Amino acid sequence: MLGSLRPIRYTTLILSAALVLGACGGSGDSAATSSGESIKVGLITKTETNPFFVKMKEGAQKAAEAQGVELMTAAGRFDGDNASQVTAIENMIAAGVKGILITASDTKAIVPVLKRARDKGILAIALDTPTEPRDGVDALFATDNFKAGELIGKYAAAAFQGKEAKIATLDLNPGVTVGVLRHNGFLSGFGVPGIDPNATQQATDPRVVCSQDTAGDQAKAQTAMENCLQKDPDINLVYTINEPAALGAYTALKAAGKDKDVMIVSVDGGCTGVRAVQDGQIAATAQQYPLKMAEQGVTAVAEFARGGAKPSGYTDTGVTLIAAEPVEGVESQDVRFGLDNCWG
Amino acid sequence: MTTTLSAPPEPPGPSLGARLFGNSIAGPLAALVLACAFFALNTDRFLTGANLSLVIQQVMVVGTLAIGQTLIILTAGIDLSCGAIMAFGSIVMTRLAVHNGLPPLVAIAAGVGVCALFGLANGLLVTRVPLPPFIVTLGMLNIAFALTHVYSEEQTVTGLPDELTVLGSTFTIGGTDVTYGSVLAIALFLLFAYILGQTAWGRHVYAAGDNPEAARLTGIRVNRVLISVYTVAGLVYGIAALLLVARTGVGDPQAGQTDNLDSITAVVLGGTSLFGGRGVVLGTLLGALIVGVIRNGLQLIGVPSIYQILITGILVILAVTVDQISRRRAR
Amino acid sequence: MTAAATEPAVRPVLSARGLVKRYGHITALDGADFDLLPGEVLAVVGDNGAGKSTLIKALTGAIQPDAGEILLDGRPVRFRSPIDARRAGIETVYQDLAVAPALDIAENLFLGREVRRRGLLGTVFRMLDKKGMREQASRHMGELRIGLRSLTQAVETLSGGQRQGVAVARAAAWARHVVIMDEPTAALGVKESGQVLDLIRRVRDRGLPVVLISHNMPQVFEIADRIHVQRLGRRVAVVDPREREMSEVVAIMTGALRVDEAHPGRTVVVDAAAAEAAKVGSGGDQAAVGGRYGGRDARRGPEGGGPGGGERP
Repeated sequence: MLGSLRPIRYTTLILSAALVLGACGGSGDSAATSSGESIKVGLITKTETNPFFVKMKEGAQKAAEAQGVELMTAAGRFDGDNASQVTAIENMIAAGVKGILITASDTKAIVPVLKRARDKGILAIALDTPTEPRDGVDALFATDNFKAGELIGKYAAAAFQGKEAKIATLDLNPGVTVGVLRHNGFLSGFGVPGIDPNATQQATDPRVVCSQDTAGDQAKAQTAMENCLQKDPDINLVYTINEPAALGAYTALKAAGKDKDVMIVSVDGGCTGVRAVQDGQIAATAQQYPLKMAEQGVTAVAEFARGGAKPSGYTDTGVTLIAAEPVEGVESQDVRFGLDNCWG
Repeated sequence: MTTTLSAPPEPPGPSLGARLFGNSIAGPLAALVLACAFFALNTDRFLTGANLSLVIQQVMVVGTLAIGQTLIILTAGIDLSCGAIMAFGSIVMTRLAVHNGLPPLVAIAAGVGVCALFGLANGLLVTRVPLPPFIVTLGMLNIAFALTHVYSEEQTVTGLPDELTVLGSTFTIGGTDVTYGSVLAIALFLLFAYILGQTAWGRHVYAAGDNPEAARLTGIRVNRVLISVYTVAGLVYGIAALLLVARTGVGDPQAGQTDNLDSITAVVLGGTSLFGGRGVVLGTLLGALIVGVIRNGLQLIGVPSIYQILITGILVILAVTVDQISRRRAR
Repeated sequence: MTAAATEPAVRPVLSARGLVKRYGHITALDGADFDLLPGEVLAVVGDNGAGKSTLIKALTGAIQPDAGEILLDGRPVRFRSPIDARRAGIETVYQDLAVAPALDIAENLFLGREVRRRGLLGTVFRMLDKKGMREQASRHMGELRIGLRSLTQAVETLSGGQRQGVAVARAAAWARHVVIMDEPTAALGVKESGQVLDLIRRVRDRGLPVVLISHNMPQVFEIADRIHVQRLGRRVAVVDPREREMSEVVAIMTGALRVDEAHPGRTVVVDAAAAEAAKVGSGGDQAAVGGRYGGRDARRGPEGGGPGGGERP
């Protein structure tokens, strides 16, 4: 009986080992590499699963086809997984890519390995999130996250017309650049003076009665909103880091019967989020364009590889305020526009 | 020659401290009461019916996951995949109801059933190959996670029919709004407290974790007990999926990623030993509540949420240390 | 093969004839016999590799013999698993304290055989009758005169001797025919072993015969009514400890002495050097040591024995 079990045992052991190794070794669904003349471009996103990055990957693939280059992709296992991204860059260097596009999970720690790539003449382009320092990459194609926050801050300020605001901020995670930029942009746009756009810490204001981290997760944001309301039931303005967090906040507000009295603003412009604007759950959202980032990035690498100039500096891929009800003095687009340009 | 095996010359029984913090829930209960007292003294918003009802709602999903985790840890196993299984179940039930138009109750049953199947797979791998539970559930975590994202196509499912969210609606008791889901979760805790404490199966679960060889020698089919434990745990994860869907109102493929470890935290804080055979499921309820109370209380008094994570970590180590010390004393 | 003179007059509770078990080239049991009489403590001794454990495993269903038969109360039985043997009323106590430390004494006694409450509570709700089990446990421990402070204390709070006492009490509670103990005092100190031996005596006195496998000769001589000597896969002797010296039994175990089959009361020196070293079977100043039968050299011819010569069962 033991004899017949042994092959099953071995197979299962090997399969399990493969699973464990797969789990430990980070992901990477690199497209098949062929030794050939084709130009290779690498795209590394924070995770495989966030719809924002899924869209980015799609945009990159389309652009790659259009440009006639080969796309290799990889991602971390979770937001913050620097190690997998480093490994992916090393693999892509070995595979002979001409350029690497990256949304960095750790904007400081990724710089050394990017330098190694650049020393070999590989183009490094940051998408969506700048590196620290900014010159860790040759170019940045990103949303101006500070501006995104500013837009919704200005919208809220205009909508409030000087009415007293009690603000809750549902933020990302401690120390992540994107979260800080949007948070500070919102406060600045709302009218809080003296906010430094390059600050690396979240600013605050007496009107902010509750600030909680949510990791951008809907359920966590719901809990955070519930607790904020317990702390101060008179909150009437909620800034959220992204639209899942906004939806979580909305659920909590609705359960407390406050959904009509509280304004929620957000950033992202994903299709789910824009629909939430349409349904009146979110008042306004700053829409960003992951497709554009990817397309422009791939095109830049292709042109560089074909003898063109190196791209440099920061290219703003644009951010648009989407609101169902426009307010005076703040330029915005309507939901129709939002739905036409949304991602996800 | 002594004619009886009498007690006196033997080492003394467990000390008061060991008995308090050993097999009973006195330890976690004391910790919870202390935490509540602390927050009640520091803010008058804590000890209200509305706030406490909220805390229960906030911990109920992880708490329900932790019921299954308790069963597994009692057998000296561990389940790293519970949150991922729950997420998959929640996507299954919401997509079937919304995209495929299945009757909501059928969709719910399918989601719960899928979770039970995952549990069964875990149990079979642990007993038949056999493989250590840590490895099996680590692999299953990745499988469930990947399946969730592939099947959901990264889309959050919205527009759910009422049957899927009914557990999120509330009724009023003495001026406080309580969700049906909270009631269901507490009822589940009581049910499993009964099963583990008052039935033969429950005893066998404890014996299988405490000394599986001895259990086997008395005729208990330890492998069968283990398989049933993992399968029942999977079923419980399916119920947690329904509770999650009812609470958030959506099927979110990104959900549950930290719940795997959070459920283990609740079990450990509740006094259950990671080495098996010791602990009660009501302790897990207390453990889950401790985490929720600390999170809620800290937010009410304005302490940054990063400290909630720090305090939880310290408590976990304290709880395991107390468990170790009480076991050593008992010997 | 032991002579017909050793067929017991009383029907044995458990017996085996001609058991054979081979593992590849190794023959663990080579036509082994076994008899356990009612109301006795039978010690099974033998050197390592003599086949003691294999014999006991065959009797408890842990292995199936290749040949031979086992009779329980005179009826042939076949045990396909230890559960079969248990169901037939044979209970076993192991040397590694097979109790669940986190459970209490009553729970351990009823482990695997829990009792449910009467009526709806028991059938539909599967509720255990904890009070009833505790009462039964208390009664049973009382009959065996095991005094413990409380039945609800976890077994891990007990000493090794007390834990083994729980295991013995459990076996005695459920056994209908035989209690088999495999080196029950191996993990215990002297005092605790004494307590367990007392307990074994009380089990026997309540009517359950006990098979005791042991390496500990002094304990064997203290408690056994008869001693089954196993060597090279067979039963080579059954000895009355009142009639023989420890050293003789050891010599039989190692093969230095052999039981004279024609005169089972006598031993025949097989290996003179070993016997010399063990100080057995050389006559002369052995008269005092060997008693009436100890080691008369076969070459000296039959001694004519003394009281009880020739009729050893």
